[in-house]
Amino acid sequence: MHRLNGLKRIAVVMMAGILLSISAAAISGSMVVEGSKAAGMKDCVAPTMDMRRNHMDYLKHQRDEVVHQGDRSDKFALADCVSCHASKDKQGHPVPVNAKDQFCDSCHDYTAVNITCFQCHRKVPEEK
Amino acid sequence: MSDCKQQPDMKRREFLSNTVVAAGAVTVAPGVLLTTTEAKADGKGVSSNTRWGMLIDTNKCADGCTSCVSACDKENGIDLVKKPEGHDDAMWEQQRPQWIRKVKLRDTQSSVVSNLPLMCQHCEHPPCVDVCPTGASFKRADGIVMVDRHICIGCRYCMMACPYKARSFIHADVAEQVVNSPRGKGCVESCNLCAHRLDAGQGNTACAEACAKDGHNAIVFGDLKDPNSAVSKALKSQPSRQLREDLMLNTGVRYTNV
Repeated sequence: MHRLNGLKRIAVVMMAGILLSISAAAISGSMVVEGSKAAGMKDCVAPTMDMRRNHMDYLKHQRDEVVHQGDRSDKFALADCVSCHASKDKQGHPVPVNAKDQFCDSCHDYTAVNITCFQCHRKVPEEK
Repeated sequence: MSDCKQQPDMKRREFLSNTVVAAGAVTVAPGVLLTTTEAKADGKGVSSNTRWGMLIDTNKCADGCTSCVSACDKENGIDLVKKPEGHDDAMWEQQRPQWIRKVKLRDTQSSVVSNLPLMCQHCEHPPCVDVCPTGASFKRADGIVMVDRHICIGCRYCMMACPYKARSFIHADVAEQVVNSPRGKGCVESCNLCAHRLDAGQGNTACAEACAKDGHNAIVFGDLKDPNSAVSKALKSQPSRQLREDLMLNTGVRYTNV
């Protein structure tokens, strides 16, 4: 292992600081669409930090209940994620929730976790 | 000889069968849990007190009418599946997804023609479930036979096994889906009796609704286990048959005048 001299060490610390602040900004900026159901709620269907940490488990549990038992009463639903978190472009068209820099991608890109939900699931809210 | 009053010990049998049921829900390997299709303990979700089914009157099914097919296509986003670029038209006609199709039968002796919509027959003993290597093809407690695309590996054994040609395979990426029918490349799918509608308590399928709207009323949908449902009454009032009843699959979809 080679030793870092003082200047290099400071540069590394600064770089780490910048990276941290970028990632913090990416996950703390509001990703809720104005006028959606979530916009009027204090938290998501569970506290935000809980959702960040555990949404994948909640969704997986819910998916099995829905598909196999037909129990759609659970509060966790992928369609609900999309309806509040898929933003709109300047023309007012919804942007796919998993597109670059959008809701899913902003963390999943940072954590390098590939999601395959939207190969099959609808990426934008359904027009009523 | 023992006296004729001697009967099997039912308590012992009960104990044994309960033990088997309990053993059916054990973990066979880390992460692999065997479960039964019983209703959930909390009373939510579907229960085996219901069995969804249909009675289709082929006399009322009009020649050339495809209302049920287009209603199904719209309800389940099948119309959003486009022909992949570079694919042959004839191949597309054969391979595009179809949950319900119109079939015309002609009696070779009498030349009598009958029309009928054909879809997944929702068998009590579904061959597609028997052959599925992953458990993706399954029967819900309320009798709906469907595919869990999360575990489907696209091997298409079920398509081979189905005597009704009810299943379709998605060959290419799909650009857009509807919320109620997620769909992607590499999975098999078929009619699920509009499970999302039933779960929401709507109680009728898109095809039956469209048929009634057009005034044909050829499809009666309902709960086969409820003696007061329209479908049970219709089944009682006239002779009906299952397609390929010789296979003894006890289908949930029945036909009259065929």
